[in-house]
Amino acid sequence: MIRDFFRVMVVDLSSGATRIAEHTGRAEFLGGSGLAALLFETYGHMDRSWDDPDQPLIFAIGPLTGYYPLMSKTCCAFRSPYHDEYTESYAGGKSALSLRFADLDALVVTGRAPRLTALCVGSGGTDLRDVEFLRGFDALQTGRVLRKMFPGAGRRSILRIGPAGENLSAYACINVDTFRHFGRMGGGTVMGAKNLKGICILGDQGFPLPEGKAYPKLYRRIFEQLTTTEMMAKYHGVGTAININPLNGLKSLPWRNLQATAAPAAEAISGERFADDVLLRNAACAGCPVGCIHIGFVRERFQANNQYLYRQVGYDYEPIYSCGGMLEVTDPSQVLRILDVIEKEGLDCMSAGVALAWATEALEKGVVSKGETLLDFAWGDAETYMRGVELISRPPNEFYRQLAQGTLKCAARFGGEDFACVLGQEMAGYATGEVFFVSEGLGFRHSHLDAGGYAWDQKHDEKDVDKALEFLIEDSRKRIVVNCMVGCLFSRGVYTEDLLAEALDAVGHTGFGSSLSAIGERVQRLRWRLRVRMGYDPRQVKIPKRYTELTTWKGPIDTDYLEALRTEYAARILSMAAPAPGSE
Amino acid sequence: MKALRAARMERCIGCHSCSLACSRQVHHFLSWNRAGIRIASAGGLSTGFEAKVCLACHPAPCAEACPSGALVQRRDGGVMQKKSLCVRCGLCAEACPVDAIYLDSENNPYVCIHCGQCVAFCPHNCLEMADLSPREKDGEADHD
Ligand code: SF4
Ligand code: SF4
Ligand code: SF4
Repeated sequence: MIRDFFRVMVVDLSSGATRIAEHTGRAEFLGGSGLAALLFETYGHMDRSWDDPDQPLIFAIGPLTGYYPLMSKTCCAFRSPYHDEYTESYAGGKSALSLRFADLDALVVTGRAPRLTALCVGSGGTDLRDVEFLRGFDALQTGRVLRKMFPGAGRRSILRIGPAGENLSAYACINVDTFRHFGRMGGGTVMGAKNLKGICILGDQGFPLPEGKAYPKLYRRIFEQLTTTEMMAKYHGVGTAININPLNGLKSLPWRNLQATAAPAAEAISGERFADDVLLRNAACAGCPVGCIHIGFVRERFQANNQYLYRQVGYDYEPIYSCGGMLEVTDPSQVLRILDVIEKEGLDCMSAGVALAWATEALEKGVVSKGETLLDFAWGDAETYMRGVELISRPPNEFYRQLAQGTLKCAARFGGEDFACVLGQEMAGYATGEVFFVSEGLGFRHSHLDAGGYAWDQKHDEKDVDKALEFLIEDSRKRIVVNCMVGCLFSRGVYTEDLLAEALDAVGHTGFGSSLSAIGERVQRLRWRLRVRMGYDPRQVKIPKRYTELTTWKGPIDTDYLEALRTEYAARILSMAAPAPGSE
Repeated sequence: MKALRAARMERCIGCHSCSLACSRQVHHFLSWNRAGIRIASAGGLSTGFEAKVCLACHPAPCAEACPSGALVQRRDGGVMQKKSLCVRCGLCAEACPVDAIYLDSENNPYVCIHCGQCVAFCPHNCLEMADLSPREKDGEADHD
């Protein structure tokens, strides 16, 4: 529905009350990331911690969601249990189109339910159900039950958490439609703190389309570009897992808790090997013809006499890096088995893998003992890692309670901070060099997707602080525009700002023309301002020692360059976060 | 005469491009329901996808159930729709053996008219326009 305001559903779990709120600001904030930040300013609390029941959990879509291919993601924003500051995370599945067809630009959940609850929202209102009986259920089982409780196969989205979210691990994820996740920064923890086990979004409405030929014609053009370009072939073919071999070749593949940046054994878990040996099929988010979701299978003998079971497990580059290379597990099936446990427990797979890698090295070095870990972690031992995942999700002792709050928190308590592979949160899989380490370490949501620092490292060996930071800031501004739409970042090469303006025009959101770039900058500043108001000081961010001991294709890490980038980026972030002139 | 066939659904990735295309181009609407073809998981995403789409029956139970003449038998299978005659009783949807007719909130039926516009939007070539076989023309179709 084309309108110049935002239609937001606000559900208060404490009272069970629901209302529709209308918010202005489309022209200034567009939607998605911008809308989420705007809503956090309205509904969030700067002076209360992340687990205050009144803090909002926000799901926002963009102006083009559903109108064009790959406009298929949802922005989830909240005060993170990981650092107690503002953050956001993105996922697709059917969540975005379900919100669109429920006629909502955003869903805001506040309050805390008295008992474990499932929330169903649709165009006709909400339904809150007591699901106390689902306490402790894993994310997949929970999905099965919720599918039975709420109607609408094929036109609804089901978001849910596993035990890790209930137990308030700081990196519990929200599982979306089985194979997608709001993975990072603890969205699942926020649901857990709200006693919210699941959310079902019914996309049970629709909208008349604009008259005239412009829209269908443009749709067809974009669809063709997205389904024929080479760029997208990478995502649906081998998928992002294709990165393993080239990163290994560039000595940029984190290996064995980053003790190495390349390993001959990496070939065994390359994207090509996964595709050949364990890829079962592909899947897609609703509204995306690319189909980048890769689903592998694990076949397991559970009893003698040829009794087998099989499971389907989604994979990608990041899960393979974190639960394969980082743990030196070099058999695709074993990697998938670890991922399967992480999926069920409802943890962020990158954080979980990196946490286990750190625990293994800490044990190896004698920093911690088996008295703490309870398990004999050893590189490559998938079986033990699977049990480790369960202990993070359901902590039996102080060690795991700390580890579930973040690797660096655990290291601060038990020792071993030097080799904790944490860049704001457990790192993404790019040991490409100084620019990436600073980009992820200080960046807004500590994600490799904030800006293409990894790509900069792979292409530039000159050391120009200004140029690198100009690139990071400009690239993140561009990504923010896509995140306001909330388009899939894989499509960012096709959806230029000119094309986005044309696409907005064709559906009736007129007048955006050249303002997209200004919107990107406005949202960039607003997000930083929110985080800084909640206590973020980028000058305090440390890059752990392990990162200075590496060698990449460019040679050893240059610590002076790293330090110069770090200091200057922190200064620029603070200047972006400064109050807009005349606003305060 | 041709009919739309969801011939290779085992290739389906659940992108909904087909139903969105039908909704957009045939019904000038944006929805994954108001469309001649609807995609559903066969019971959670790990079970794959099925298409809810008209099988082009001959005789067509939906047309036989229609009391107002809004749905009439197509010569070789399936139905034509005369929207102005529809009394929104919903009997057609009830009669369809494969849940191919979608009723919106006002009970307006949406059914595939076998125009084939969705086919070009399926990235995995799951859909095709097929000639109705003579056997189907005789009304002895076995749709198992
Ligand atoms: S709508 Fe259903 S009953 Fe009618 S022709 Fe199609 S499949 Fe047969
Ligand atoms: S053949 Fe035509 S009417 Fe039938 S589903 Fe495809 S686009 Fe819709
Ligand atoms: S367009 Fe093809 S792949 Fe996509 S949902 Fe339809 S049948 Fe499946």
